[in-house]
Amino acid sequence: MTTGNGTRQAQHTVVAIVEDKPGVLQRVAGLFRRRGFNIESLAVGPTEVEGLSRMTIIVDGASAPVEQVEKQLYKLIDVVKVSDLTHEDAITRELALLKVRCNNVNRHELLDIAGVFRADVVDMATNSLTLQVVGDEDKINGLITMCQPYGVRELSRTGTIAMTRGAKTTTVHESEPEAIARVHQSQGRRVESKELPFSSD
Amino acid sequence: MVRMTGSQILLECLQREGVSTLFGYPGGVVLPLYDTLPQFPAIQHVLTRHEQGAAHMADGYARASGEVGVCLATSGPGATNLVTGIATSFLDSTPVVAITGNVARTLLGKDGFQEADITGITQPITKHNYLVMRAEDIAMTVREAFHIARTGRPGPVHIDIPKDVFQEETEFDWPTEINLRGYRPTTKGHSGMIRRAAEAINKAERPIIISGHGIIWGDASNELLELAQKAQIPVITTFLGIGGFPETNSLSYGWLGMHGMYHANMAADEADVVVGIGMRFDDRAMGRFKDFNPTATIIHIDIDPAEIGKNLPTAIPVVGDVKRVLPDLREHLDQRDRSDWLAWIDKVEEEHPSLEIRETRRLIPQEIIRTLYEETNGTATLVTGVGQHQMWAGQHYFYDNPRKLVSSGGLGTMGFELPAAIGAQMGTPHSEIWAICGDAGFQMTMQELAVCVDERLPLKIAIMNNGYLGMVRQWQELFYDENFVSVAVTQPDFCKLADAYGVRALRVETKAEVLPAIQEARNYDGPILIDFHVDQDENVWPMVPAGAALSETIEMPEKELAR
Ligand SMILES: Cc1ncc(C[n+]2csc(CCOP(=O)(O)OP(=O)(O)O)c2C)c(N)n1
Ligand SMILES: [Mg+2]
Repeated sequence: MTTGNGTRQAQHTVVAIVEDKPGVLQRVAGLFRRRGFNIESLAVGPTEVEGLSRMTIIVDGASAPVEQVEKQLYKLIDVVKVSDLTHEDAITRELALLKVRCNNVNRHELLDIAGVFRADVVDMATNSLTLQVVGDEDKINGLITMCQPYGVRELSRTGTIAMTRGAKTTTVHESEPEAIARVHQSQGRRVESKELPFSSD
Repeated sequence: MVRMTGSQILLECLQREGVSTLFGYPGGVVLPLYDTLPQFPAIQHVLTRHEQGAAHMADGYARASGEVGVCLATSGPGATNLVTGIATSFLDSTPVVAITGNVARTLLGKDGFQEADITGITQPITKHNYLVMRAEDIAMTVREAFHIARTGRPGPVHIDIPKDVFQEETEFDWPTEINLRGYRPTTKGHSGMIRRAAEAINKAERPIIISGHGIIWGDASNELLELAQKAQIPVITTFLGIGGFPETNSLSYGWLGMHGMYHANMAADEADVVVGIGMRFDDRAMGRFKDFNPTATIIHIDIDPAEIGKNLPTAIPVVGDVKRVLPDLREHLDQRDRSDWLAWIDKVEEEHPSLEIRETRRLIPQEIIRTLYEETNGTATLVTGVGQHQMWAGQHYFYDNPRKLVSSGGLGTMGFELPAAIGAQMGTPHSEIWAICGDAGFQMTMQELAVCVDERLPLKIAIMNNGYLGMVRQWQELFYDENFVSVAVTQPDFCKLADAYGVRALRVETKAEVLPAIQEARNYDGPILIDFHVDQDENVWPMVPAGAALSETIEMPEKELAR
């Protein structure tokens, strides 16, 4: 059973904006372990604001009421903002690399499958093929299932990241026009008004 | 700006935060700091005899005085010895700043001599912790640490500093502003929620307030009293909430929970609206959650949003500082007569008295505590260990003011009694402090007697010597078919021990000796220990067996009443 944004219903998509400081990952992981919240996937990376990182955490909702997860996360001093995107209209994406066994006979079948899933072939050897696929969890699971009969030799997934659709954001600060103007100036462009977006000349 | 070493900056910042006492123990990596201490004569360093003692002293200091307590230890074993004390502060939300040294930056992560990943260890038992990697970060770290420890829901904060950071020189700049974007405790309650809470209370026939530790740390006793009096709502407290509401007030109905008063447990179970204020609906207080008063409307007022709905479903949550929320709530409350409801509880109390001390020839701890209450007119501060004596100290002394009972409720740390009492005495030098000790718990930290002597503290130490891990013996008797295993505890002659440390000592074996001993201790201006040889078989009643509901509270059985 899946919801509109591709996660199973028992799953929750929680986005935490955290201070980019040593130990913050341990704090979050430790909190989940101690409170018995199961993490299905966790993806961390920088944000549009320097000094802040973004964690997208897929939580097994059966293991914890998501409200408790959010509140406990908020209690961590290094956590600046928490958003539950489960019921939001959100884009969820994951990237996977799959190394699949193949030979001259079945390579074309595999390439057809990759085509259907719009997966890219990123590497090829005489007896294997490496595919890169981007999509929501279902799409990636679908490709894996299709590849299994050939033999999936290696699988690596990034974990899901998510973002709300439309103009709404889950960020802490919206970027200021002045800051954007500075970027243009630093690239040698003239900035005449405060109108956004700036047109490049 | 001035150039200073990390050590100087740390001590300068502590001083600016108002720290006058440091409880600590030196070792290799904190030597640069100790070397600098004499430059700061306004900061007194108390040398404990074990780092656990330092952590409990800082905690006791904080609980009695309301100020942040500070403890200090070296790396590795020194730091790990603090852990029990930090966890004790964490579970009871008390503001302590624990400072440890660590190996030099170049050695971090290399498993060198006396390295422990202490921030990794303290992370789940602190409100926040820091590993300070540059001397220039010390000042801001100290400011943040004290701010975090004492604001919102208080708690321990740990700062770990590598040795060479103490030695590093940098410009000192006192940060005037703290900007923690991830830490902004809500203080003002949501007005809509406050109005809903008021409506529910105004409509209630049988409302009850359960007030907790948050009333004490939120400094809101007066606000609570005014609110309860206006709306005529009976107040019971949690164990840690004792003293947050005057126990001799006619609206006070004692405290609830596993060893709470029978009528308090019944009232909580009978109420139609339960208002939890500055408390967390802990299992020791509430009994089996799913059977706690299923029909009551639960209103929960607390500064920590994560406590709302954690254990019990809450109908009306109000997140905020009790000091601000209670006056707002009171404004919306009707003045009401609730004498029927109060009479109902009074009747239960009359029919099921929990605090009556039976006539017996045995020397029982309940009577000692009661005598102490009468003799001190309720003005003393009692600091307890964990076990039976702790419950009796909570039951048979009556506390009209906050911070008069200091006890490890959440973690239940045996050995807390003596060091916490030392801290309490140092934090409130003019208070009469009684350490109420278990004979077993005392043996866990009794080396701190030396500190009482070093500091010439007028501390009164009363050991409830029952020859047992009394509370465990009680459980084995009641729930394990009297299969007594490893609960009889031998002990040294506590009087000789005290004498060896230079602490005055008295032994009490009969009832007649109780009052004179208490009087002698009160008149003595120095550390004094009384070894009360109490009855060995006494059990604590009432009792809600583990896993039972409050409505299943058991009173003292006939055969024990006749003893
Ligand atoms: C550090 C620690 N270890 C074990 C326990 C479990 N425990 C709870 S009460 C108790 C017995 C306490 O004995 P004593 O200090 O003599 O107090 P009494 O119950 O006899 O009054 C024990 C062992 C604990 N609370 N703390
Ligand atoms: Mg004992």
